[in-house]
Amino acid sequence: MSETNPMPNGAGTACGSCSLNRAANLKRLGVTMDDWDYVVALAGNPNVGKSTVFNSLTGLRQHTGNWPGKTVSRAEGGFEFAGKRFKLVDLPGTYSLLSTSLDEEIARDFILFGRPDVTLVLVDATRLERNLNLVLQVLEITDRAVVCVNMVDEARRHGMTVDDRQLARDLGVPVIPAAARFGRGIPEVLQAISDVATGKFECRPHRLHNEPPAIRRSLNELVTRIQDMYPDLPNARWVAMRLLAGDDHVHAALRNGDLGSAGMHGATGGRTESGRAV
Amino acid sequence: MNADQADAGAESPAEDILRTAQRLRQGITGDLHEYWVEAIYADAARIADRAVSRPEKKARPTWDRTIDRIVTSRLWGFPIMAVLFTGMFWITISGANIPSGWISNLLIDRICPLLRQSADAVGFPWWLKGLLVDGIYLCTAWIIAVMLPPMAIFFPLFTILEDYGYLPRVAFNLDNLFRKAGAHGKQSMSMMMGFGCNSAGVVATRIIDSPRERLIAILTNNFALCNGRWPTQFLIASVFIGSLVPAYLAGFVAAASVTGIAMLGVAATFVISWLLSRSVLKGEVSTFSLELPPYRPPRIWQAIYTSLLDRTLFVLWRAIVFAVPAGAVIWLSANLSIGGQSIAEHFVNLLNPIGLLIGLNGVILFAYVVAIPANEIVIPTILMLTVLTTGSTAMGQGAGVLFEIQSEGALRELLHSGGWTLLTAVNLMLFSLLHNPCSTTIYTIYRETGSARWTAIATLLPLAMGFAVTFTVAAIWRMFT
Repeated sequence: MSETNPMPNGAGTACGSCSLNRAANLKRLGVTMDDWDYVVALAGNPNVGKSTVFNSLTGLRQHTGNWPGKTVSRAEGGFEFAGKRFKLVDLPGTYSLLSTSLDEEIARDFILFGRPDVTLVLVDATRLERNLNLVLQVLEITDRAVVCVNMVDEARRHGMTVDDRQLARDLGVPVIPAAARFGRGIPEVLQAISDVATGKFECRPHRLHNEPPAIRRSLNELVTRIQDMYPDLPNARWVAMRLLAGDDHVHAALRNGDLGSAGMHGATGGRTESGRAV
Repeated sequence: MNADQADAGAESPAEDILRTAQRLRQGITGDLHEYWVEAIYADAARIADRAVSRPEKKARPTWDRTIDRIVTSRLWGFPIMAVLFTGMFWITISGANIPSGWISNLLIDRICPLLRQSADAVGFPWWLKGLLVDGIYLCTAWIIAVMLPPMAIFFPLFTILEDYGYLPRVAFNLDNLFRKAGAHGKQSMSMMMGFGCNSAGVVATRIIDSPRERLIAILTNNFALCNGRWPTQFLIASVFIGSLVPAYLAGFVAAASVTGIAMLGVAATFVISWLLSRSVLKGEVSTFSLELPPYRPPRIWQAIYTSLLDRTLFVLWRAIVFAVPAGAVIWLSANLSIGGQSIAEHFVNLLNPIGLLIGLNGVILFAYVVAIPANEIVIPTILMLTVLTTGSTAMGQGAGVLFEIQSEGALRELLHSGGWTLLTAVNLMLFSLLHNPCSTTIYTIYRETGSARWTAIATLLPLAMGFAVTFTVAAIWRMFT
């Protein structure tokens, strides 16, 4: 691919180049992603509009439908925002990351081993509590996430409002209200992804801290040991917890090096050296 | 730097951690996993409670729930499905005729003679002109004329229905039947995909976790009429079935007959699923929860745009890709002679006894052999070969030349002269539903199952059923006529 025009639309006009005009900074790249600066994973419950968001960010036309379980495998696409190239990976919709089904395993493995630079978790405003179960599990694994509360229009129709500031405080990551079907909130989502990816916004993700007192010492001991061995592992506590709970999957991943080494998982494809984030 | 460390130390750090974990686990009582999950849920509930504010008053029953109660009711669910789908087919059939005429007028009446003239002007030898214009170009033009209008009407309608959220309700209605048939309720989803394309439907069975139920879903997916077969159904229904009744009813009766065939496919799905789950694929039915998403006002323009691009043009392109070699094969087989007879005639004569036995004919069977790569080219092949075997040069332009159909009447005339009866038409519609999947789907099945045996079964089972059903229908028909 040839180098992209740094000023996507209307180079001459003031609006097009203004940094406040976020949408103008978006350049949809479709599937033509040869190299990228950041990898963004797109997670969420089934039928919360992941494919819609995926399409509006990448300009692809992945088939969307108003029914759950439609995206069977991982879809990938790209976009360019504020001069950086992002690769977006649409994960299958899941209710949790407990790895009880193939979908959950695909989603969890990607966040765990693929180590996306940002994980965008899409939640349904009308079913926030159930959706937050997934968000909290994602935040246990990664410390770089953006939560997009989709379908706020639908929630309003049911007389509900979601306080996104309160939510952002509780979760410790950016929270963006959106109505993706109508393109509302997408520019803000882009900005948030970019801020987290570049480190402009530092996430302090909500983590569980109320483990049973009986295991606290064991847990801390294990966490310390893991952190000693793998200082840049973003989820030492979660790994320790899973090991103590007897998670064979994590056990195996640690043994064969998927978890320990900071490199990308094979399935994600190589990332260029120059593009290596942070 | 960390990666280097891990590489250098290879085994030891990970093993060390694992050993520690193992040791520490000994001292833990209770189910930590469960504790952890509960902690997550508790936190989620707490956070959601703080962020969401609801109105004081209790919400009155919403539209969604009222509609759901009707479209998923035991009494009304299935009739509503039948009416909706018949309505869609009716709009498709009655709307497609006119643009089909325009396209065939343009591509076949106008452009084709121009191409012939320019081939003559350039000085192409007769065989090259025949192969390029009469074979490849006409076959392609025919497919566009026959397929584009119905697809351009049908797919947006289907997409709008999907966008609105009706499909999960259909799945909900069918779920109970699938469970009774010993299959997974999610099979209704892959079947829905199959109505678009069986290859996509087979891939969609990945949503089913149990290998046993997934295999059932793969083996029966072909009973969902796919894109390539809808045009055959629409055309034969409007030419033969619709003409049985007065003109003002014709469109409706034709649509109803297509609905009937589609429903028959659904019935076959249940019966075969049931048989498989009682015989070679015994096992427990797994449960799942199906979430009925809220109804959403469909985005009409977007639905039209994406369905035209994603489905209509995609399918049309695939048809054209296959039409090019098929057109060449048809023309060559009609113009290369062995022992005074063209190759096509040899095949047709060979297949004719079997064809007639099952209420079809040799031409149709040969067309199905040619059309293994894509069901889309069945109708063009049948028409071309019929012209060839009846030798009706008045209608067409000689051997192996696909011709224009000015009207449905002319088409009916031609097929009658090829020995077609109402039985042939009915059995063609049945055989179009029940025969081997196209080669793309067969390949997909092989890739998904990884087993030549299951692929062979998935290929031959519907074919055997097709022969059995058409034979039975023909036998009963002949008893009464």
